Amino acid sequence: MNYHWNWHIFFETDPGGTGTYLDMLLSGLWLTIETAICAWIIALILGSLVGVLRTLPSKAASWFSFAYIEFFRNMPLLVQLFLWFFVLPELLPRTLGLWLKQMPHAPFYTAAVGIGLFMSARVAVQLAAGIGSLPRGQKMAGTALGLTTAQVYRYVLLPMAFRIVLPPLTSEFLSTIKNTSVAITIGLIELTGAARSMQEFSFQVFEAFTAATAIYLVINLIVVVAMRLLERGVAVPGYITGK
Amino acid sequence: MFSNFDFDVIRRSLAYLFFDGMTFTLTLTGLSAFGGLVFGTLIALMRLSGYRLLGRIAGLYVDLMRSLPLVLVIFWFYFLVPYLGQWLTGASRPIRVGAFASSFITFTMFEAAYFSEIMRAGIQSISKGQPAAAYALGLNYRQTMRYVVLPQAFRNMLPVLLTQTIVLFQDTSLVYVLSIPDFLGAASKVAQRDGRLVEMYLFAALVYFLISCFASFGVRRLQTRIAIVR
Repeated sequence: MNYHWNWHIFFETDPGGTGTYLDMLLSGLWLTIETAICAWIIALILGSLVGVLRTLPSKAASWFSFAYIEFFRNMPLLVQLFLWFFVLPELLPRTLGLWLKQMPHAPFYTAAVGIGLFMSARVAVQLAAGIGSLPRGQKMAGTALGLTTAQVYRYVLLPMAFRIVLPPLTSEFLSTIKNTSVAITIGLIELTGAARSMQEFSFQVFEAFTAATAIYLVINLIVVVAMRLLERGVAVPGYITGK
Repeated sequence: MFSNFDFDVIRRSLAYLFFDGMTFTLTLTGLSAFGGLVFGTLIALMRLSGYRLLGRIAGLYVDLMRSLPLVLVIFWFYFLVPYLGQWLTGASRPIRVGAFASSFITFTMFEAAYFSEIMRAGIQSISKGQPAAAYALGLNYRQTMRYVVLPQAFRNMLPVLLTQTIVLFQDTSLVYVLSIPDFLGAASKVAQRDGRLVEMYLFAALVYFLISCFASFGVRRLQTRIAIVR
C-alpha cells in the first residue's frame, strides 16, 4: 500500500483554527455522548409507556401501542430524521415552523428526539416481552391482594420485568450510541462526522477512521462493563441471574 | 395543510425513483443478504469449529463489526476497498471501485457479522444426536454440515434471517452519505432539484413503510406456516 501514514496529524491544528484535530474528534465524541444520552432518556420513558400499554387488556391501548411500534419500526432511521428535520417545520403553522427552523442547535435536538422515538419502539417491544415472560400468577396475586392495576405494574410486574430485559436493553443502548452517527446526514458533527471532516481537511483517511473506531470500541466496552455491574447490583436472589 | 402540495412532482419522477432508485436498493439488499448469509455461515462455522485460533478471529471480527456504527463502516470500506483492490491485483495505484460494488462489499461484510450470530444460534439449536448420527453413517464434516446440520439450522432461523433482511433493506438507505442514488438518494435528488422536500420525503417514507410492513407481515405468516411440529 502506497498510503502515506502520518500519526502526528492528530496534534496539528485544523483549518478552522479552533484547536488540533484531536480536539475536533473529542468534541465529536462529546456530542455523540450527549445525543445518545438524551435520545436514550426519551426512548426509555416513551418505550416503557408504550411497552406497558402493549400488555394491558384494553383493546384501545393494545391497538395504539401496536400502531406506534409498527410506525417507528418500519421506516429507516435516516428517513425519520429527514421527516423531523425537513418535513415537520413545513407542515406546522408558519410561526411555529419558522421557530423550529431557526432554533439554534436544531440538528442536535432533531437527532435526540428522532433517535429517541426510533429507539422507543424497540424498548417497548423488549419491555412488553419482559412483562409477558413473567408468570401469570404474579399479576393475579397482586390483584388478589387488592392492588389496583397501576399498583400491580408499579410494585409487582415492572421491577421484575426491567431486571429481565436489562441485557437486551444494554444492546439497545449500544444501538442508540451507534445510531447517533446517522445524524451526520442532518449536519450533526458527532464522532463519525468529526472523523469524516478531519479526513476531508487533512486527507489522512485511515488515521481519522482508526481513531474513531478505537473510540467507539472503548465506549462499547465501558457501557458493557457498567451494565454488567448494574445487572449484578439489582439482581434478585433466588433467580437464575441472582446471587 | 396539503393545499400547496405538488403531488405531480411525485408522478413525474416515479420512473426515476423506481427504475433507478428502487432497483438499486432492492438489488443491493438482495445481493448483500445473500453474500452476508454465505459469509455469516462461514464465520459461524469458524466460531463453532473447535479450533481456538479460528474461533478467536471470527469472534473478534463479529464483535468489531457489531460495535461500530454502520455509517462509519460505510466510510471505512469506501476508502479501504480501492487500496485492498490494489493490494490484491498488484496494481500500481488504488483501483477505482464503483458505487454499487463498494456498497455491496460494505453491506456484505457488515451483515455477515449479524447473520453469523443468527446462524450460530441456528446451528446450536440442532440437537447433538443429529451430527452424531451423520458421523455414524460415515459422512465427513463437510457432508454432515451440508446435508444434515445447515439445512435444518437455516430452516429454523429463516424468519429471523428474513427479519434481519428487512433491517438491511432499511439500512441500505444509509448509502445516502456517499451520495449514491438509491431509492432515498433518488428521492432526495428530485427533492432538492425541484425544491419539493416535503412531498418527496413523505412519499419516500410511505414507500419504505409499506414495503417493510408487507414484508414483516409476510415473515409472520411464514413463521406460522413453516414451524416444525415437535
